[in-house]
Amino acid sequence: MSFLPYALAAWLFFVGLYGVATSRHLVHLVMCLAVMQSSTYVLLLAIGYRTGKKAPIFTSGVPTKVGAVDPVVQALTLTDVVVSVAASALILALVIEIWKRSGKLDPDALRKKET
Amino acid sequence: MSRRARLGVFGVSAAVLASLFVWALTGLPKFGDFQGEYGRILNSVAGSERHVTNVVAAVVFDYRGFDTLGEEFLLFTAVMAVALLLREARSGEERRTDVVRSDTVRAVGLFAVGPTVVVGLYVIAHGYLTPGGGFQGGVATAAGLVLLYAAARYRAYRAASPKALIDFAEGTGVGAYAAVGIASLIAGSAFLANVADLGVKGTLSSGGTIAILNAASGLAVAAACVLIFHEFLEEVMTPR
Repeated sequence: MSFLPYALAAWLFFVGLYGVATSRHLVHLVMCLAVMQSSTYVLLLAIGYRTGKKAPIFTSGVPTKVGAVDPVVQALTLTDVVVSVAASALILALVIEIWKRSGKLDPDALRKKET
Repeated sequence: MSRRARLGVFGVSAAVLASLFVWALTGLPKFGDFQGEYGRILNSVAGSERHVTNVVAAVVFDYRGFDTLGEEFLLFTAVMAVALLLREARSGEERRTDVVRSDTVRAVGLFAVGPTVVVGLYVIAHGYLTPGGGFQGGVATAAGLVLLYAAARYRAYRAASPKALIDFAEGTGVGAYAAVGIASLIAGSAFLANVADLGVKGTLSSGGTIAILNAASGLAVAAACVLIFHEFLEEVMTPR
């Protein structure tokens, strides 16, 4: 089942995208966006994985001959998580503003009010 | 556009995107058989070159330290934007009072504040030795402070994290990161090059600038998380 991690990444991405496209609540929409972004964590970590290798942390007592998984994708994932949190916080702040101004949280209702 | 029409458009474009996605996935290395040389080389040289045991920290704060500078500023900008959006609209010092009625939540929650903050600081301090680092530990430290709100009351949380101090910590953390880069230039090396004494591998005084940048990130991330929570909680606690 070597394709399973990639399939999981694809599933998370598309199930999140479906949620964004059909969302009826702006907070739900932000959560769906976070689910979409989670797919990139799974994808990055899956790409850098090496079967039977250890985490790239070489504290004393660990034989270095075993080898480790790729540290670069792990660092990228770390960046990815921080970006996701920052973006979610910013969008949620915008959602609060929208709610204050229009009293609505349904994206469809917002559209109807404008036109 | 009606809901049904939108679902139709979504279905068609998602199908196209999905087929492109699968096509791209077939070009990826087989799972568990990644052959990238960059990571492999870093794994073998980071210990002797930078005297750190956590190669991920070496990548984040040294080999790709410039990327992390961008990430720090991204976090900083997002937090400032949240503060700008939410702070502007509030006025008045009057706040609702909140009481946690469950004794169990109070007792367990308040007991957990200290250990959570200590764990957070530990994860920051040992970031370049064991799994962890400024980003992970910063979030845990902030979580310890937010527990004050969850288990006790909002006033206690505010008292433990004065706005002026948190704003200052956020700016200092991000500024210190950039300052280390400029210090490398002054030392006659490249921006963010590791010019500090590398110390003894496996001890807290190892890694040179990795240790400094790790601490600066820990400060910036902890302050950023507290600031974000602060702005959102203020929305709830200020009566309109």
